[in-house]
Order: sequence, then structure tokens, then C-alpha cells
Amino acid sequence: MMMFVAIVSPQVASATASEEGDEINPQEIIFHHLGDAYGWEVPFSHELRMPLPIIVQDNAGAWHMFSSNKLLNGAEYTDGDITFRINHGEEYNGKVVQVMADGSVFRPLDLSITKNVCALFIAAILVALMAFSMVSYYKKNGMKAPRKVMGAFEALMSFIYDGVLKSSLGNKAPKFAGYLMTVFFLIFFMNLLGLIVIFPGGANLTGNVAVTLVLAVCTFLVANLKGNKHYWKDILWPDVPLWLKFPLPIMPMIEVFGMFTKPAALCVRLFANMMGGHMIVLVLTLLIFIFVKFGVAAVTTTTVLSMAFSLFMLCLDVLVSFIQAYVFTMLSTLFISFAVCEEGHEE
Amino acid sequence: MELFTPEIGLVFWMFVVVVLLCILLGKFAWPMIIKSMTERADLIDKGVIYAQEAKKNLDNAKAEADKFIIDAQKQQTEMLREAARLKSQLIDEAKAAAAVEAQKVMDAAKLAIEQERKEAELQFRDEVSKFAIEIAEKLLRQQMADKDAQSKLVDKLLSEIESKN
Repeated sequence: MMMFVAIVSPQVASATASEEGDEINPQEIIFHHLGDAYGWEVPFSHELRMPLPIIVQDNAGAWHMFSSNKLLNGAEYTDGDITFRINHGEEYNGKVVQVMADGSVFRPLDLSITKNVCALFIAAILVALMAFSMVSYYKKNGMKAPRKVMGAFEALMSFIYDGVLKSSLGNKAPKFAGYLMTVFFLIFFMNLLGLIVIFPGGANLTGNVAVTLVLAVCTFLVANLKGNKHYWKDILWPDVPLWLKFPLPIMPMIEVFGMFTKPAALCVRLFANMMGGHMIVLVLTLLIFIFVKFGVAAVTTTTVLSMAFSLFMLCLDVLVSFIQAYVFTMLSTLFISFAVCEEGHEE
Repeated sequence: MELFTPEIGLVFWMFVVVVLLCILLGKFAWPMIIKSMTERADLIDKGVIYAQEAKKNLDNAKAEADKFIIDAQKQQTEMLREAARLKSQLIDEAKAAAAVEAQKVMDAAKLAIEQERKEAELQFRDEVSKFAIEIAEKLLRQQMADKDAQSKLVDKLLSEIESKN
């Protein structure tokens, strides 16, 4: 419990800092926290950022790489004869843009190591560390069961592998374990890191549609590239009365549409769940600062209630982190098993 | 809405990371981890089966030992009974043999006694006849003092012998 209190407090601190203006703008604060950034926020400071590399390709095709600290607080940075700044306004809000000679802005190809990308690297490294520490443990200890943290990870692995992969994929499970197990642990770690407010976490990674989109596309690719004859027959020539597929291919069209809706649902489910969790905590915290103008009694009540609910929501989000990772893996496994397993295996 | 438009940079990096991580872990980590977990599960299963079998064997062994003990006890009583039977038989046989022997001894004794008796009888008869002859001699000598008597006696004896024949 103390841990969650500790997690909540820096958020309060940063919200306090943003409240220094005349009127707080809840929408802006929320979207700022949910979105990506070029530097990493430092607790208790609204000005300082941990620098991260910005990598952009300008309109002439040349690559530029510089520290995000050079663009801090609306500063402009000139690399050679190209000027960059972080745009504020309707278009490209909060993104790096190239300032053209005539004052217009051009959005370069942006492969910067942003806060989200950095968090992604951290999550990936943690997953790899966990997996390889397990491997080295097994190499060293042979048949002895791991204890404590490793035991917990092993229980998780066995839960996913035996409970999800093996039961749906059967003897094909080891073939797809490489993708599905990696995806489970990557999502799980990203979700949990997202709940920690200070440095190694704090990036709303799985609540970013780009991340879930890539994961869903990967599932789509794995399922459809490995799909067997039976799978494609079911899509293009399903077992329905002839008039449903000829001359107008109604059922095949629905099936093909279904091919895309399944991963789309995967993508949106994870994204919406994780973003929703973050958003609720942010809103609850912001309520305190919105209620400030209604007097001490109101703000005290709100503070207590908001903190209690935030705490509850964060606890719930820990659960959701696991459940969403599990659900994503389970559904991916299911889609893949539809594509690669023989008829009658799941039905 | 910027929240719902995927950023190309993040998509690119995410794709790179996912592919690299899948290849790396899929090649070097998961197969090894899964293999170890499966092997250990198999080992535990085997251990359980082995323990169950061992317990069964132990139970069987106990039952068998009990059976052996009961058998042995039965055999023991059988043997004791047999021994008792043999003993009484031996005694009976000995008794019979002794009886036979005793009979033999008695028979022999009887025979010897008979013989003794016969011998004694014979001897006695001899003696008696000797005495009789002596007595007769004496009587004869007495009676044969006169001639009449002698001839009378001879007559009498002769008639006696005649009547006897």
C-alpha cells in the first residue's frame, strides 16, 4: 500500500507545478501525461527533462540527431542550415518540426528515441533480463525449482504456456511460444512500468495506439502467414449454402473483414483499457486542483476521496495490467490456433 | 486527435523491438525455459508414479510377509503335531517291540523251564526208579529169605506181567 502512495505523490507534485498558471487546463494536462514527449520528466520539476536523442530526417533527406534538451521550453535548434523546434498549435502539437525559410513548418520523418521509445527499450531489456536470468538459472541448477521472484516468473510462464498456448495450440505450442510468450511479457512489463510514475516507468506505453497497433499487426501477420489450407478455405469458400458465396461472395467478404477486425479489436482493447486506467487516475488527481477554488472544506474532502479512489484505481490497474496482457496473449493464441490447427481442434 | 493517430517513430521502434526480442528470446530463451519446465514436470510426475509404485510394493511385501508368517506358523503347528504323532507312534512301536521281546523271553523262559522240568522229571524218575529198585531189592532180599515166598512172588509178578500184556 505504501508503494502506491509513493507512486501517487509525484503525480500530485507535477500537477501542483502545472497549476501555477491562473487557470488549470485539465484536458491539456491529461493529454500531456497520456502522450509522448521528447524528454523524460523529472520528479518535482516542471522545467527540467532528462535528455533523450532526437533523430529526424529533414526535407532534403539528411539525418539529424541531437539532444532533446536543445529544444527545451520552445527553444529553436539549428543543425547545419536546418532549424528545428517543438511546435505548439493546431498542427503537429508537441512534435519536432523543421522551420522553413518562409516561416512555415515541415514535419520531418521522426525516429526519435522519445520517452515512449525509451520506456519500450527499458521494458524490452527487462523482459530479456528476466528470460535470460531464468535460462542461466536452469543451466546452473538443473532440475531444482526456482524460488522467490524467479519462482513467480516461472509460475507466470507456466501459466501462460501450459494454460494458454498448450491448450489451444497443442503440439504446435513450442513453435509459436517465441512470439506469444515474448508478447505477453513485453505487454505485462510495459503495463506495469506505465503505472510507476517516476523514471523507469511513467510512459503510457500500452495506452499508446502505435504500440498496440504494432502488436496487433504482428499477431495478424503471424496468424495469416502461418495459416494453413483449411484456414484459407474457411475464409474464401466457407461451408455455407452456395448462394451465400456465389455469385456474390457475401460470406467470404465477411470472413475477410473478420480477418482484420480481430486484430483491430486486440489493438483497441489493450489501448483503451490501459489508457482508460491512466486517464481515470489523472482525472481523480486533477479533481483536487479543480476543487481548490471552492474552499478548504471542499478541497480536503476531494483530496481524501480522490486519493482513496486513485489508490484503488492503481491497485485495479495492476490487476488490469496482468489481465490485459493475458487477454491479448490468449486472443492472439486463439487467432493463431484458428489459422494453424486442423479442423475440429477448437470447435 | 493525436492520441488516436499512431506516431511513425514509435511504430518503427516498436516493430524493431518486437521483432528483435521475439527472435532473441524465441531462439535462446523460451525453448530452454519451456524444456526445463517440461522436463521438471515430467520428472515430478515420474517421481510420483515411482513413489506410488514403491508404496504399493511395500504394501505387497508386508502382505506377503504376513502370509509367510502365517504359513510358517501353520507349518510349525503341523510339524509339532507330526512330531507328537511320531513320538506316540514310536512309543507304541517300542511298546509293541518290547512286548514281542518280552513274549520271546517268556517263551524262552517257559521252554527252558519246561526243559528243566522235563530234565528234573527225568532225573526224578531215574532217582525214583533207582529208589524203587533199591526198595524192591531190599524188599526182595527180605522177602526172598524163604523159598516159598520167592516162588510165590515170581508167580505173582509173572502173572502181573501177563495180565498187563
